[in-house]
Amino acid sequence: MSELRGTAVKLAHPKLAVEVAGLKFKNPVMPASGTFGYGEEYAPYLDLNKLGAIVTKGLSLNPKAGNATPRICETVSGMLNAIGLQNIGIDAFIEHKIPFLAQYNSPVIVNFFGNTLEEYVEVATRLEDVPGVAGLEMNISCPNVKHGGIVFGTEASAAHEVVSQVRKKTQKPLIVKLTPNVTDIRVTAKAVEDAGADAISLINTLTGMAVDVKTRKPRLANTIGGLSGPAIRPIAVRLVHQVVQAVEVPVIGIGGISRAIDALEFLIVGAKAVQVGTANFVDPNVMETIIDGLEEFCQNEGIEDINELIGTLEV
Amino acid sequence: MKNYKTIILSNQEISPGYYRMRILAPEYNKLAKPGQFVMFRVQRSLPPLLRRPFGIFCTGYAAPDCDGMPEKEFIEIIYKVVGSGTEIMQELHQGDRVELLGPLGRGFDLGDPEEEKILVGGGIGLVPLYMLAERMVANSKVRLLMGGRTRDDIITVTEFERLGVETYVSTEDGSLGEEGLVTQVLERKLAKYPKASVYACGPMPMIDAVQKICATRNTPLQVSLEALMACGVGACLGCVVKGAGHTDENPQYLCTCKQGPVFLAEQLDWSRLEKQQGNCGGCS
Repeated sequence: MSELRGTAVKLAHPKLAVEVAGLKFKNPVMPASGTFGYGEEYAPYLDLNKLGAIVTKGLSLNPKAGNATPRICETVSGMLNAIGLQNIGIDAFIEHKIPFLAQYNSPVIVNFFGNTLEEYVEVATRLEDVPGVAGLEMNISCPNVKHGGIVFGTEASAAHEVVSQVRKKTQKPLIVKLTPNVTDIRVTAKAVEDAGADAISLINTLTGMAVDVKTRKPRLANTIGGLSGPAIRPIAVRLVHQVVQAVEVPVIGIGGISRAIDALEFLIVGAKAVQVGTANFVDPNVMETIIDGLEEFCQNEGIEDINELIGTLEV
Repeated sequence: MKNYKTIILSNQEISPGYYRMRILAPEYNKLAKPGQFVMFRVQRSLPPLLRRPFGIFCTGYAAPDCDGMPEKEFIEIIYKVVGSGTEIMQELHQGDRVELLGPLGRGFDLGDPEEEKILVGGGIGLVPLYMLAERMVANSKVRLLMGGRTRDDIITVTEFERLGVETYVSTEDGSLGEEGLVTQVLERKLAKYPKASVYACGPMPMIDAVQKICATRNTPLQVSLEALMACGVGACLGCVVKGAGHTDENPQYLCTCKQGPVFLAEQLDWSRLEKQQGNCGGCS
């Protein structure tokens, strides 16, 4: 309650809660996998309980060393990375990282990938009975590993096959993260929906490359990397717009979000939630600022529930 | 560690291409340890998108704007203009708004005060050694070996001297001090003071040569490394170096930002390190 000219005035707190594939998020904002570590790296800077969800770095069956350095380089309003999915492996994650994340009430979504179909299935199986894992996000789209996800992500039939197999092994909400590096993303989106995905998240990074003109060497040891950051946002908004129209399952929008108005673009085209990636590196507290910004926007626009805004694009 | 929205107090060129920036930084006198760094951001500017890591040169208190106000706590960083980020930084003035995330990382271990200390700085690598010298001089004998390509790369040596540090300057072109590499001076000094422990920061080829010299003599060595980094808090995994015992099956990657930037020499896999890129694109 507040006071205006002596009269008590109720300040409207708009509802920010959204639901995706049975997962209840207090707001539509969560980190994008790979930009938030295992959560603990950012705990000193922001209250993890404020997030819609916590999305972990991508995990594989066995620990993965990742690529040689240099692994990152800045480009105009963006960055290229070729980390190579360095991670501690699923067993170490369950043993050492889940207990930390379990302290928080934000649902934990575990991102995972495999080098083979069997590895995807095995990782999902191991996570099935782990308490504290609210949902899975399946990466079939990392551009930086040779065997990895991208083979599954760029062939609709392969995407269908791997998602079907994982679906058989998990009851948990299953989100499938798509690559934009395809001719028509609606084809892969439909394939994973048919295979039983509960939700679709997009976009992963766009493949890119930068060259040091003095040494004439690529700026990344891996030569090619994934482009992220504000530079890719218009492409991501377009792809989310197209996928929302092509599928029935809920969509989570990702790509270059660093402010509330960026997140709003994705919500308006029909994303039920958004993931914030590269912006976490620039400002460790950025997701809280975005959540506050969404609330303020709703207050100013007279929107009582953010769901009223989702998918309201006027064309 | 915290993210501060703050302002610049001063920003001056101290040698061609080298700038010294003083930034209002509450609590840093208490919090910052020698060898730690900050992630610096020009507020509301895009590009550059990412913050830039800078070693903390020193902390201090400046006179208040008027009587009765508290003194202003500051840190100083020194940077070399090498790329798009530092080109923007050199244009900043007193009162310009910036953000500081820090102090970050693991700093130097001051070691046994009874032992003599030799600090080795190459060019801009000198920066994190000043706070270290400040903490050490009260109890230990400290010598600084400062190397650069030309006299322009020799910065703030007089400030080390004012602390009571014995300084030895060398330049590759002989334009200031001894002609040659700083590592030649190090070999001579270690022959004379064999019990000394060494603290080094500079370009990778220098660090690598220092490590070889120290390894043959069993001299304790701490190195401060530079790396490209996006986050500074251990999340992006862009700044990793291979630790001792690293294999592909059992990866031992260490984050320069979190487990470093200061490492004990024995923590690192030197056979692989020398193949890594030498210069600091992170501060560009």
